[in-house]
Amino acid sequence: MSALQPHLPALQVIVPMLSAPLVLLLRDRGLSWAATTLVSLCSFALAVALCLEVLADHRILYEMGSWPAPWGIELGVDAFSVLLLLVVNGASSLALLGAMGSIDRDIEGERQPLFYAAWLLALAGLNGILVTADAFNIFVFMEISALASYVIVSAGPNRRVLPAVFKYLIMGTIGATFYLIGVGLIYLMTGTLNLADMELRIHEVADQKPILVAAGFITIGLALKAAVFPLHGWLPNAYTYAPNMVTVFLAACATKVSLYILLRFDFFVFQPNLAGHDIQFAYFLMPLSLLAILVASTVAMFEPNLKRLLAWSSIAQIGYITLGASLVSLAGITASLLHMFNHALAKSALFLALACLGMSVRRLRLENIGGIARQMPWTMAAFVLAGLSLIGVPGTAGFISKWYLISAAYESGPWGIALVGVIIISSLMAVVYIWRVVEVAYFSKPADTVEIAEAPLPLLLVTWIAVALNFYFGLAASLPLDLSRTAALILMGHMP
Amino acid sequence: MSGAETILASLLIPLAGAVLILLASRGGDNLRETATMVTAIALAWTVWSLIPEVMDGGRPHLLMFQVVPGLEVAFKVEPLGMLFAALASGLWIVNSVYSIGYMRGNKESKQTRFYVFFALSLAAAIGIAFAANLFTLFLFYEALTLLTYPLVSHKGDEKTIRSARVYLGILLTTSIGLLLPAIIWTYLVAGTGDFTPNGILADNLQGPALGLLLALFVFGIGKAAVMPVHRWLPAAMVAPTPVSALLHAVAVVKAGVFSITKIIVYIFGVEHLFSSPSSGWLLYAAAFTIIVASLVALRQQNIKRLLAYSTVAQLSYVIMATAILKPLAEIGASIHMVAHAFGKITLFFAAGAIYTASKKTEVAQLAGIGRRMPWTMTAFTIGALSMIGVPPTAGFVSKWFILAGAFEADNYVAIFTIIASTALNAAYFLPIVFLAWFGREVEGAGPDHGEAPWPAVLALTTTAALTILFFIFNGPVVALESQIFGGSS
Repeated sequence: MSALQPHLPALQVIVPMLSAPLVLLLRDRGLSWAATTLVSLCSFALAVALCLEVLADHRILYEMGSWPAPWGIELGVDAFSVLLLLVVNGASSLALLGAMGSIDRDIEGERQPLFYAAWLLALAGLNGILVTADAFNIFVFMEISALASYVIVSAGPNRRVLPAVFKYLIMGTIGATFYLIGVGLIYLMTGTLNLADMELRIHEVADQKPILVAAGFITIGLALKAAVFPLHGWLPNAYTYAPNMVTVFLAACATKVSLYILLRFDFFVFQPNLAGHDIQFAYFLMPLSLLAILVASTVAMFEPNLKRLLAWSSIAQIGYITLGASLVSLAGITASLLHMFNHALAKSALFLALACLGMSVRRLRLENIGGIARQMPWTMAAFVLAGLSLIGVPGTAGFISKWYLISAAYESGPWGIALVGVIIISSLMAVVYIWRVVEVAYFSKPADTVEIAEAPLPLLLVTWIAVALNFYFGLAASLPLDLSRTAALILMGHMP
Repeated sequence: MSGAETILASLLIPLAGAVLILLASRGGDNLRETATMVTAIALAWTVWSLIPEVMDGGRPHLLMFQVVPGLEVAFKVEPLGMLFAALASGLWIVNSVYSIGYMRGNKESKQTRFYVFFALSLAAAIGIAFAANLFTLFLFYEALTLLTYPLVSHKGDEKTIRSARVYLGILLTTSIGLLLPAIIWTYLVAGTGDFTPNGILADNLQGPALGLLLALFVFGIGKAAVMPVHRWLPAAMVAPTPVSALLHAVAVVKAGVFSITKIIVYIFGVEHLFSSPSSGWLLYAAAFTIIVASLVALRQQNIKRLLAYSTVAQLSYVIMATAILKPLAEIGASIHMVAHAFGKITLFFAAGAIYTASKKTEVAQLAGIGRRMPWTMTAFTIGALSMIGVPPTAGFVSKWFILAGAFEADNYVAIFTIIASTALNAAYFLPIVFLAWFGREVEGAGPDHGEAPWPAVLALTTTAALTILFFIFNGPVVALESQIFGGSS
C-alpha cells in the first residue's frame, strides 16, 4: 500500500477505467457483476484513503508521468474533490451491492457484461473529473462519463427510455460543447489549460470580450449538465426510465459532479479576475435557484409516477445547492457543499427503496402501490425514514444542511429572511410529496390481490445501510462538515 | 446510578420496552401486556428516582453527543421538566392498566403495534422533558408527532385517515414552518439555545422583534393548541381512548404547554419579557382561546370532542398563567399541568369506559347511566369538578395560584377570564353530571350493561383518587416548582 500511496489520485481513475474492458471479457453475468462490485468497492477504498490523506494534509498534487504543470497534466485532490469522490464511489458501490436482482429484472443476461463495463466507464469518468486539475482533461472525462451514462440509462426496460435518453444525449452534448467552446476561448487568450495557471494568466486579459464570452459559455454549458432550472428538461425522464439501480447511481452524483466543475471553474478562474463577477454570478444563480426550488417542488406534489416525483424533487434540491453557492459567502458555500453530500445520501436511500418496490411492482405509480406497506413493511419503513431526511427533520442528515443553509441565508443581508421563507415553504412542500406516497402505501386498499413479497435481502440490506447513514450523518456530522468547510475555505480563498 | 446514567436509562427504558413488547407478543397477549407493565413501572421508578436530587437543587445533566459545534443533543433535569417527566411516566402505569381493559374490551386490532408505539411515544415525551437546549427539544418534539401518528390513525378507516392527516398536517406544518425558524433565529442572535435561568435573550433581542419571536414559538408549538392552531386536537379524538387519555390529555398536549413555559422561563426570561410591551399579546391570545374553546365545548354533542375542546381551553390556562409573567403565576402554570392531567385523564378514562361497556359516544345518550356505572360516573363527576375548580379537587389548587399571580400583577383581563371560564366550565360539565345521575334512561335504547372491564375501572378510580389527593398533598410539587426561581441551577 505504501508504494501505491503517492499514486492514489491516478489510481482513482485508472482502476475503474482499466477494469471496464476486463469486465467485458467476462461473459458471465454473475461474474461480471462480482467483478464490477469489487472494482467499485476498491475505488471507494481509494476515495477513503485519499480522504484520510486530505484530512491530514489538505491538498495533494500529482504530476501525470512526472511532467510538470503547466505542460504536463496535473491532478489535484483537495477537500472538495474528496467530498464528491466519497459520494460518487459510495453511491456506485451501494447501488452495485444491491443490484443483482434488480438488474436481472431490467436487463437480459447476455447484455449485462456490456452494461457493467459502461457502468465502470461512467464511474471512471466521474472520478476523473474530480481528481484532475486541467480544464481540457475535465472535458474528456465529462464526455467519457456522459457517453457511458447514456448507455446505462438506455438499458431501461421501458421503450420510452429511448426518446428520454436521446434528449439527455442532445442536451448533454450541447452542454459539453458549450464548455469546450469556453475552454477553447480561454486557451486562445491565455495559452494554458491548467486551472491554477489559468487563474494567474487570465488576469492580464480579464477585461477582454472573449473571456467574458467564455465565462458565459462555460456557466451555461455546465448549468445545462447540472440541470439547473430552467435547463433541467432532460432530467425527469432520464431518471424515470433508466434501470432502477442506474437511477440510484446517477441521481446521487451525475448532476453534482457538473456542479462541482461549475463551482471550481467559477471560483478558481473567474471570481478572482473578472470585475464584478461575484455579483453577476449571484444575480444569475439566485433567482434560478429559487424558481427551481418552488416550481420543481410544486410539480413533485402533483406527480403520480414515483421515480419522476423524486426526479423533480432532485431538481428542487439542486436549487438548494445552487442557492447556497449564489450567496457567495463562506457559510453559503459550506451549506451548499454539505447539501451535495446529504442530498446524495437521502436521494440514494429513497431511490434504493423505490428499487425494492420495483422488484414486485412493474410500473412505479401511486395507484399501483396502494396498501403495499403491508406486504413490504421493511421497504416502506426505509422509504419513510429516508423521506424524513429529504424533508429535513432533525436527527437526519437533511436537517444539518438545511440548518446551515438557513443560517447562511439569514446572515446574507436584508433579503435573507425571504430566502429563509422559500426554504421553509419548500420543506413543507417536501412533506406533502413524501407523505402522499406514504399515505397511499400504508392506507389505500390494494388494487389487486396479487401476492407481493418483500424485496430480496441484499437489496433491502443495502437500502437500510443507506438509511442508517442518513441518521448517522444527521447525528455525527463532523466528517462531511469538516470537508465542506475546508472546501468552502479553499473556494473562497480564491476570491479577491 | 449517577444523575447522567439515570437520564440515559429513562430514555432507553421505553425504547427497550418497545423491543420487549414486540418480542413478547409472540408469546401471547398476557406476556405482551406484562412487558408493557414492567416497562412502565421501570420507567416511572427511574424517573422518580431523580426527584430527590432535583429537590435538593441538583441539576443532573448528560451530554449525549455533539452534532456539529454549538448544536448538541444534551439533557438537563430542572424542576419543570422533572414535573412533566414524573407526571407522564407515572400516569403511563395507570394508563397501561386501562389500555388492557379498553383494548381487549373493544377487541381492537393490531394491539402489538399500539403498545409498541405507545412506549416509543413515551421515550419522546421524556426526551422533551429533559431536553437541555432548543435543538434537543425540537428533535424529540418532532419524534413525538411522528410516533403518535400510527396511534391516532389506529383504526385505519377513511374517516380516521382524514383526521390523522389533519393531525399530522397541522403539527408538522407549524413545527417546521414556525418553530424551526424561531429556533434558528434564537441560535443566530444568542449564539446558543441552552435553557438558562433568566433566559438568554435579554442582551440580544428587544422591541417588536421579541414579540414576533414569541409568536413564532407559541404558534410553532402547535401541540399547545392556542387558537387558531388547535384543530388537530379534536381531530385526534378518532384515536382509541387510551391514546386520547394519556397522549392528548397529558403527554402530547402537555409537551406543548410545557415547551412554551420552558421557553418563556429559560429562553426569554420572565423579567425581560415582562418589561417588553411587544409580548403582551400572548395573554390576550390565551384568554381568547379559553373563552372561545369553552363556548365551542358548550355546543358539542360528542363526549370526546367536548373533552377535546375543554382541553384546548385548559391548555390556554397554562399559557395565560405563564403570560402573566409573575413567579406565582409561573408556579401556578406548572401546577395546573398536573391538576389538569389528573382531572382530564379521569374524564377520558370514564368516556372510554362508557364506550366499552355501552358503545355510547354522545352526551344525550348518557341519561341515567350513573346507576349502571356508579364507579365510572363518580370518577367522571370528580374530574368534572376539578375542571371547574371546585374544592376539594386538584383544579382548585392551580386556579388559586394563577389567580394569586394575576392579582399580584393587577392583571384584570386574566382575572376576568378565569371567572368567566369557570362559569362556562360549569355550564357544560354540570348538565352532563346531572343527566347521568338524575336523568331517566330511555327504555330499550341500548344493551343491558354494567361497568367496563375491571382494569379500566381500577385505572379511572385511581386517577379520580389522585385528583382529590392532590388537593391535600400538593406541598412537594409546589416546593419543587418554587425552585424555578428560588433554587440554584
